[in-house]
Amino acid sequence: MPIIDEIKERLGDKIISRYEHSPKRMYLSVKPQDLKEIANILFKELKLRFATATGQDSPVGIEILYHFSFDQTGEIISLRVLIEDKKKPEIDSLAPLFPAAEWIEREMWEMLGINFIGHPNLKRLLLAEEWPEGKYPLRHRQ
Amino acid sequence: MSHKVIVPIGPYHPLQEEPEFFRLYVEGEKVIDIDIVIGYMHRGIEELSEHKHFDQVTFLVERICGICSTSHPFAYVNAMEDLAKIEVPERALFIRTIIAEMERLHSHLLWLGLAGHFIGYNTVWMWSWRYREPILDMFEMITGNRNHYAMMKIGGVRRDIRDEDIPILKKALDDLLPAVDMFKGAVMDDPVIKARLKGIGILNKQQAIDWCVVGPTARASGINIDVRKDDPYGAYDRVDWNVILEKDGDIFAKTIVRILELYESISIIRQCLDKMPKGEIDANIKDIPPGEGIGRVEAPRGECFHYVRSDGTNQPIRHKIRAPSYMNVASNKIAAVGGTISDAAITLAAVDPCYCCTERLTVLNSATNKKIMNGWDLIKLSQKKTEKLRKDLGGGDKCKI
Repeated sequence: MPIIDEIKERLGDKIISRYEHSPKRMYLSVKPQDLKEIANILFKELKLRFATATGQDSPVGIEILYHFSFDQTGEIISLRVLIEDKKKPEIDSLAPLFPAAEWIEREMWEMLGINFIGHPNLKRLLLAEEWPEGKYPLRHRQ
Repeated sequence: MSHKVIVPIGPYHPLQEEPEFFRLYVEGEKVIDIDIVIGYMHRGIEELSEHKHFDQVTFLVERICGICSTSHPFAYVNAMEDLAKIEVPERALFIRTIIAEMERLHSHLLWLGLAGHFIGYNTVWMWSWRYREPILDMFEMITGNRNHYAMMKIGGVRRDIRDEDIPILKKALDDLLPAVDMFKGAVMDDPVIKARLKGIGILNKQQAIDWCVVGPTARASGINIDVRKDDPYGAYDRVDWNVILEKDGDIFAKTIVRILELYESISIIRQCLDKMPKGEIDANIKDIPPGEGIGRVEAPRGECFHYVRSDGTNQPIRHKIRAPSYMNVASNKIAAVGGTISDAAITLAAVDPCYCCTERLTVLNSATNKKIMNGWDLIKLSQKKTEKLRKDLGGGDKCKI
């Protein structure tokens, strides 16, 4: 069974919507509260590799795309999560599930001000120590 | 009584591709913890990219890295072609592949030289850089530049490879082959190198999966991933080649993977030169529609990942870039801890983060802040260990290099 069908079967109605850009590029929208459970299924059970995550500031909230790669067939499954509360954005950290998420979450925390709940070591990764608190370089519409 | 000592490695060196700072916590000889600090060269390229025309971004991302300078523009154009669903002319795909593989040749030779230097084989350093030089000359001949080739373009390539250059390039590859044979023999048969690198800096398969490492670092731990095979781009699905896989996860395995990949790269370039069709090299793209695209490339260090989103204007609204070292360097937390200081230099270098920063090593006693050793002392320490092994194994005279 192709990996995307298996994912659809496992996740069921947790997928709010999906968009197949091309046969190897799939985007699935999910709720922030389901993210940790879904990531666990993709990484631990279906053995996808976590490639990286993209955080983006948008007019309706802060969007995060978690890109997972299935290397046997070269597909990239991106989970799209929208955090609507822009004043105090929060989401579960994936770093306790797999350490590969540690750095990118630290980066999104300092660049976009997203608080990752349960992150073992949430401190600055790229920005200088003297960078002012509460200024987020990738928040365009502050 | 042992006391806890901090060994800071880094952060700056002009030759370093990504300045990073390792704080090693050591007890006696043993590394007990490591703190990795990056960000010294953060230039805000993702943000800058949002203020440039789509075509200018290829030049911007080329400047992310000086060594694998074609990987980023290649991944970016792949992302844009995924976004806009562009068909690239066949000849351009072959030219892109040739450039990418030439880059792998020069990058792996550069790493081999540095690794040799760190363990006290300065002859390997000199020789492998000497054989890297003709590859750079070939770049100059084909693209006009020894680095930052500016070949990639959305929908094609900027320059053609002239017919009269092909025999010269083929001859350069023929000349490189005996050198690769020599390096392979030197590393595989030398008992000292084996004793020095085997079982050092191990990243086992499960750890490699958890840290999501990519490229030769993953393949040396027995994970069969290579973007060129898994998600073929360029002309990689039109030529015949193998993924090199080792299972031990130590530095020796990483070295073997890189050396054997040199053969595959030479073979890919030769096949591309033979199979390259005549014709257009550019699809002449004028507009980029709204949408999002993901492009990736197997850079010499592993998967290079680009995500671009467009809203229909002439600039991206989001451009996410993830270099392979971002995943690989983080895994040093596993590979370096538990080893000795004399192995730290080569262990941290084994993921190929371009490790010239060791010259800035300083050992401080955390109680008194008094300097005990500097970076050069640590390299000397590493080289001394090799020398001792060489004597113990009686391999001094038998060494090929």
